[in-house]
Amino acid sequence: MAKVVAVTGNEACANALRQVNPDVCGIYPITPQTDMMQRFASFIADGKVDTESILVESEHSSMSACIGAAAAGGRVITATSSQGLALMWEMLHIASGDRLPIVMPVVNRALSAPLNIHGDHSDAMGARDTGWIQLWSENGQEAYDNTIQAFRIAEHMDIRLPIMVCLDGFIISHSIERLEYLEDKQVKDFVGPFRNFLPLLDLAKPKSYGPLILTDLYHEYKRAQHEIMTKVKDVVLDVAKDFEKMSGRKYGIFESYRLEDADVAIVILNSAAGTTKDVIDQFREKGIKAGLLKPRLFRPFPFAEIADALKNAKAVCVMDRADSYGSYGPLFMEVASALYPLEKKPLLMNKIYGLGGRDYLPSHAAQVLTELNEIAKSGKVNVLKEYIGVRE
Amino acid sequence: MATPLTLKELSKKEDRFTHGHRMCSGCGAPVVVKIAMMATEYPVIVSNATGCLEVSSCISEFTAWNVPWIHTAFENAAATLSGVETMYRSLKKQGKFDQEVKFIAFGGDGGTYDIGFQSLSGAMERGHDMIYICYDNGAYMNTGIQRSSATPLGADTTTCPAGSVIPGKLRNRKNLTKIMAAHDIPYVAQASPSHWQDLFKKVQKAHEIKGPKFINVIAPCNRGWRSKTNDAIQLSRLAVNTCYWPLYEIEDGVTRITVTPKEKIPVAEFMKPQGRFKHLFTPENEGLLQRVQEEVDKEWAKLLKEAKTD
Ligand SMILES: Cc1ncc(C[n+]2csc(CCOP(=O)(O)OP(=O)(O)O)c2C)c(N)n1
Ligand code: SF4
Repeated sequence: MAKVVAVTGNEACANALRQVNPDVCGIYPITPQTDMMQRFASFIADGKVDTESILVESEHSSMSACIGAAAAGGRVITATSSQGLALMWEMLHIASGDRLPIVMPVVNRALSAPLNIHGDHSDAMGARDTGWIQLWSENGQEAYDNTIQAFRIAEHMDIRLPIMVCLDGFIISHSIERLEYLEDKQVKDFVGPFRNFLPLLDLAKPKSYGPLILTDLYHEYKRAQHEIMTKVKDVVLDVAKDFEKMSGRKYGIFESYRLEDADVAIVILNSAAGTTKDVIDQFREKGIKAGLLKPRLFRPFPFAEIADALKNAKAVCVMDRADSYGSYGPLFMEVASALYPLEKKPLLMNKIYGLGGRDYLPSHAAQVLTELNEIAKSGKVNVLKEYIGVRE
Repeated sequence: MATPLTLKELSKKEDRFTHGHRMCSGCGAPVVVKIAMMATEYPVIVSNATGCLEVSSCISEFTAWNVPWIHTAFENAAATLSGVETMYRSLKKQGKFDQEVKFIAFGGDGGTYDIGFQSLSGAMERGHDMIYICYDNGAYMNTGIQRSSATPLGADTTTCPAGSVIPGKLRNRKNLTKIMAAHDIPYVAQASPSHWQDLFKKVQKAHEIKGPKFINVIAPCNRGWRSKTNDAIQLSRLAVNTCYWPLYEIEDGVTRITVTPKEKIPVAEFMKPQGRFKHLFTPENEGLLQRVQEEVDKEWAKLLKEAKTD
């Protein structure tokens, strides 16, 4: 029987990791992730997991050690946020290039300068091109469920890629929510035993990891990496199906909320989707056909499916909790590329919101939906990229 | 598991670091690696920092390593290997793996003294059971002879060139061996390929000690030192006999000089055959040459004072 609890997102993820019982874990503190790894360290200290921790001296070494451990042949986890993820950047490419299925919750936080410890998506967005799979989570339940599913996806024999499970700093990591835990045994059976692939510890057949590859082959290796990514979507859907059978909770590559007949739609990631859904309900009551699309699988980005889901809307606003200075927000760029091949496409705009933990309020969602409604009527977008909730 | 220390016996052993690597002919580094890899009968897993050794020993599907080998990046051979070693311990503890395995990390001086210093220090502090071997050629050779913090005083490199105003490197080398000893790890040593039996024994001994070990080995680079192609062993011997590169070990805090030169010769003898010091043998730079000798004498005197004599 599932157990209903009231826990923080960090606690939920730590518990998922305990239930999976990985072999090795890299640990280094950074707010707002710290509490997740502290809890996991207690599980180790209390003998609740078999995991050996590596209490590294930096995130760069954490990812390096995780790569070494994964190459040695076993299940490996770590977690980080913000500057920590940024410090790992060099090694993120190596983890994916070596095809090592490391699982890493990323508790999203802003990047310096100026220093800010609160939630936004700049960290994971900055790591979007490192060859990692990315799953995003609206609340603690999704973060917990995604963490469990992440192992199956990353370790799938056709994939063998590292994966990040993103959850919003503080809003999810530190807020207490109602959550349904699965039984330990259910999780253990669902994830299954770790299957090795070319481990360093196979002494009979010595492997060389990380050779020098010159111009004659490097290009091909990189194309191969892209090709593996094209297989991820189906694996994510298969794993979600199995997960639904076990938990009753349904997951896809994105969530559509009242989108089927929507004239206006918002595309938004993670926790802000919850607030937006409430405001969409209010607009529906007023007779405005509003809907929402919340991406779950951000890398690889499901272009065709997202284009299909948005194609009948008249106006769409993509909302980014990260920026690309001098360009559009990162999510906007993906959605715009997805819609580009369509002959008839919705009008698009981009709003940057909630940077560095700035509140995203129902009034902001209402403001965006009102503007979208006007755009749908007039057929004209006034400002393509704009900051909302900003002090002038 | 001691290997008899005779060339006849050693020649019968299977190479763990084989011919076919693409390091420059006459390079000191592969000699160091070969001896170190011979010095144990245990299965060994190797981690390698980016640098000359790494880029030349494993290219595409060709590898000179006859043992499991991993390269990830420049600054993290120690951190990477701590992951491998931790997974090994985890699987052993869980009863999923039962063989005895030894772990060696190899890094150049740049990847060890400079950019990899934090990751090395961290791995040693955590107490991973591994030997970290630095092959010290005194500069970033792979990228074209730029100075590192191991570059000797007075040397001419591409980023501290000997010019009309500045005569090469103005700072002393970082004494990494001593810094590693300050980590209070169970074994630290300095070795040279010219004294291959001493190097061999140090690696062998290190493998028998549980915990983190560090061995610093001088590895002449004819490209960077501007020396003759066949001079690597001769130069490393001169490094020892001038006391520029003393051979010693620090075991559980006790320092022991393992090879004492019969006669301590002037450091200029080591420097003269090397183009990187050519400018020091002019009348204007007499003072700097003098300083090099003084530094060597000072360090040697310190070491004699610290060392337990047999
Ligand atoms: C982060 C990073 N910075 C710089 C480099 C470029 N790089 C590769 S090898 C190398 C020098 C290696 O020098 P050293 O460690 O002394 O080894 P050697 O080449 O002398 O054998 C440098 C600077 C790199 N690979 N990664
Ligand atoms: S450049 Fe120097 S260190 Fe590098 S392979 Fe050649 S001789 Fe060896």
